[in-house]
Amino acid sequence: MAKEESIEIEGEILEALPNAQFRVKLENGLEVLAHVSGKIRMHYIRILPGDKVKVQISPYDLSKGRITYRYK
Amino acid sequence: MITIKSERELELMREAGGLTARVLDMLEAEIAPGMTTLRLDELAEQFIRDHHAVPSFLNYVPKGEVGVTPYPATLCVSINEEVVHGVPSAKRIIREGEIVSVDCGVYKSGYHGDAARTFIIGTVSPEVRQLVDATRECLYLGIAQAVAGNRLHDISAAIEEHARSFGYSVIENMVGHGIGSELHEDPAVPNYGRRHTGVRLRAGMTLAIEPMIALGRSRRAVSKRGAWVAVTEDGKHSAHFEHTIAIRDGAAEILTK
Repeated sequence: MAKEESIEIEGEILEALPNAQFRVKLENGLEVLAHVSGKIRMHYIRILPGDKVKVQISPYDLSKGRITYRYK
Repeated sequence: MITIKSERELELMREAGGLTARVLDMLEAEIAPGMTTLRLDELAEQFIRDHHAVPSFLNYVPKGEVGVTPYPATLCVSINEEVVHGVPSAKRIIREGEIVSVDCGVYKSGYHGDAARTFIIGTVSPEVRQLVDATRECLYLGIAQAVAGNRLHDISAAIEEHARSFGYSVIENMVGHGIGSELHEDPAVPNYGRRHTGVRLRAGMTLAIEPMIALGRSRRAVSKRGAWVAVTEDGKHSAHFEHTIAIRDGAAEILTK
């Protein structure tokens, strides 16, 4: 049985929410709730509304994601 | 974490793998136009249980996922544009001129075997026949690279290069995987990649190598929300072959033989 990999997609931060979560508008037009990956937290990378980010989305719940990269 | 299997473990995996291959042999002999995909599933489940084993896929929930419906069947039966994870159904009748990918997993004595074949029902267009043949070749070219000392993506690259040479597309969001006491273990074995990259292969690693190759240009297999079955984005046919193998010094050993 093939394993499904999470999909990576780019998006833009709409709004910062409590608990280091963000609402992200993806380039395909969908909006997802995304939290920040541990690696970004470790390096104190600030994420602000308007930033372009890379989001990993689990194929099983397309409404939630994980921010893995913030573009400069 | 990638696990290295001992000789004792490999012996058990050979047993689970061998039974997986017997199931597919049996289905290959039985499959015919007019059968429902559910009937195939019943035959497979009965066969597996008669051999004192358990279907690996039944009630399977991908690790780390919540709110997913456990997989409801023994087999994945994916027809034509369905890439993988087609759920057998009493309503789906296999017809002449279709290609049917049957994926089966068997759990026996603590270890899994996982294998898939695409069957051609009756006659299909030369184009589709070539897709099926090329996908099978991709699998064996991948296995040929699965040698201790090579790197993981040498397997991936061999598969991708062969598929691309026909102008086919490789499904990128579905991958092969490590296998052992769990159905899905590390590492992920993608069907595309660059040579000389990825982890170095060591004797005792066990992998399920499974090229999923499509006509057209779909790079992903997509599912409707909550559904298991994944189809090509452009509705073009897709083929799927899979073996569970063990890395050895020298040629890999096919465990689902």
